Amino acid sequence: MRHYSAFAVAREGLRYHTGWERAWRSPEPKRRYDVIIVGAGGHGLATAYYLGKNYGIHNVAVIEKGWLGGGNTGRNTTIIRSNYLQDSSAAIYEKARGLYEDLSQDLNYNIMFSPRGVLMLAQTQHEIRGYQRTAHANNLQGVSTEFIGPQKVKEIVPIINLEGPRYPVLGALWQPRGGTARHDAVAWGYARACSAMGMDIIQQTEVTGVRTHDGRVVGVDTTKGPIDCEKLGMVVAGNCSVLSEMAGFRLPVESVALQALVSEPIKPCMDVVVMANTVHGYMSQSDKGEMVIGGGTDAYNNYTQRGSFHHIEETVRALVETFPMVSRLKMLRQWGGIVDVTGDRSPLISKTPVENCFVNAGWGTGGFKAIPGSGWAMAQLMATGHSSLAEEFTMTRFREGKFIDESVAAGVAH
Amino acid sequence: MLILKCPYCGVDAEETELAAGGEAHLKRFGPGSSDDEFHDYLFMRENPKGVHFERWRHANGCGKWFHAARCTQTLEVFGTYSAQVTEPPQEIRDAITAKRPGWTWREFE
Ligand SMILES: Cc1cc2nc3c(=O)[nH]c(=O)nc-3n(C[C@H](O)[C@H](O)[C@H](O)COP(=O)(O)OP(=O)(O)OC[C@H]3O[C@@H](n4cnc5c(N)ncnc54)[C@H](O)[C@@H]3O)c2cc1C
Ligand SMILES: [Zn+2]
Repeated sequence: MRHYSAFAVAREGLRYHTGWERAWRSPEPKRRYDVIIVGAGGHGLATAYYLGKNYGIHNVAVIEKGWLGGGNTGRNTTIIRSNYLQDSSAAIYEKARGLYEDLSQDLNYNIMFSPRGVLMLAQTQHEIRGYQRTAHANNLQGVSTEFIGPQKVKEIVPIINLEGPRYPVLGALWQPRGGTARHDAVAWGYARACSAMGMDIIQQTEVTGVRTHDGRVVGVDTTKGPIDCEKLGMVVAGNCSVLSEMAGFRLPVESVALQALVSEPIKPCMDVVVMANTVHGYMSQSDKGEMVIGGGTDAYNNYTQRGSFHHIEETVRALVETFPMVSRLKMLRQWGGIVDVTGDRSPLISKTPVENCFVNAGWGTGGFKAIPGSGWAMAQLMATGHSSLAEEFTMTRFREGKFIDESVAAGVAH
Repeated sequence: MLILKCPYCGVDAEETELAAGGEAHLKRFGPGSSDDEFHDYLFMRENPKGVHFERWRHANGCGKWFHAARCTQTLEVFGTYSAQVTEPPQEIRDAITAKRPGWTWREFE
């Protein structure tokens, strides 16, 4: 793999950009791998990357039914924050946020991490108390957040309307080192680094079955034939129930549609991410100037990557009351992804009833921010059989009543 | 937009008139049941890619609960039926079979 650098740009400029190589290979699958990861989204690719980087396991295939990063990883609104309430959540999301800080250098790929700050507005007394509680919890967890008053909110976001028609802005939870990153670049950067380590990323190949012997995984069936493996990681987000069924077990997950939309590009007007969970909408501005907008999920099970129109209307209504200046913006595009939601809104990074078969799923509406930490923990779990970061996120925690309850704390959990 | 016919008032209700109520025909497990049964009843919802049975409420209409059979892969609606039954009626099963031969869902087929 050729190193990307300012020098490389200059060199290629001088020879009409004829020397750039493909960022990753597109090989045919081998008969056997030590580890197969199903799903080339951010979490699957990060798992493969840290298996190689941290544990020297390079005989790895990542199998993707579509194109890499074409699932939720390429469909999300890229909010990165770690101001969660529960200790185990704060630990893994903060690990991820920390890794994002120098991921561009680590991968030699510009993922455009922009720690511009994330504001979560408090618009009811209940939300004030909730966010103050989170701020205290974050202090104890070593996550840098602060509860700020409305005047400070107005200073940070001049375009905000503090006296909205339904809910005034009473304060906000402020995480200065939260922000955004370029979602495709995260997938592409990990893919390029995995390919450089000799791993095979096999796109346009669907896993159609999981083969087991005596309760152990031995391989998968794919649209390109059977492939053997020692260990299997299922990292397929909204399709995790389909994969687990192939392996003969069930997951406490439901798949629903979540949508996002972007506006026409406008001049810079807001240099932080703002989430308004009571009125149910959130917004940030991309480097191109588009306002990136999202809201809530549909209420019913869905695998179509299309959501309901009235949710867009609700989201836009929420943002118009919070930011009156967006009322005349034109929207350019709208799309949906299928998110995998658990009962306590926390993920599963877990062993499964099938030996050597591991699952990483349940990130629901908020897993982009977690990609590096999740891959780190999943690789550790798969390589060594134990990961302290993943310890609490077992698929059996519901049986024991050990919820990692982020549903009350987050409301909208992006 | 999803449109379901309310079997009670006969209205073709648009999604904004309806409230989704999750998996249909749940068996409720309480005291005396095994840990597995109680766990599955509380946390393990069906999440099929394909035929699915659900509860819905005509919330901004007649207010009544009813059942729907839907495909989660295409959003096609196979039919709606009364809430007063514990399993899908034969005509709904036939309507699904006509379009998805060999379908199964939980203990039903
Ligand atoms: C509209 C929207 C907005 C969001 N906003 C945010 C946000 O602001 N911040 C945040 O942190 N998170 C956000 N999220 C959530 C985030 O996108 C996801 O949690 C995260 O991207 C999940 O990554 P993943 O790698 O697990 O899944 P994915 O990126 O979905 O990757 C899974 C891959 O598995 C593949 N696959 C599935 N089945 C098979 C099979 N049988 N064989 C082979 N391959 C298969 C799929 O094609 C897919 O590429 C948002 C999600 C959506 C939809
Ligand atoms: Zn009705």
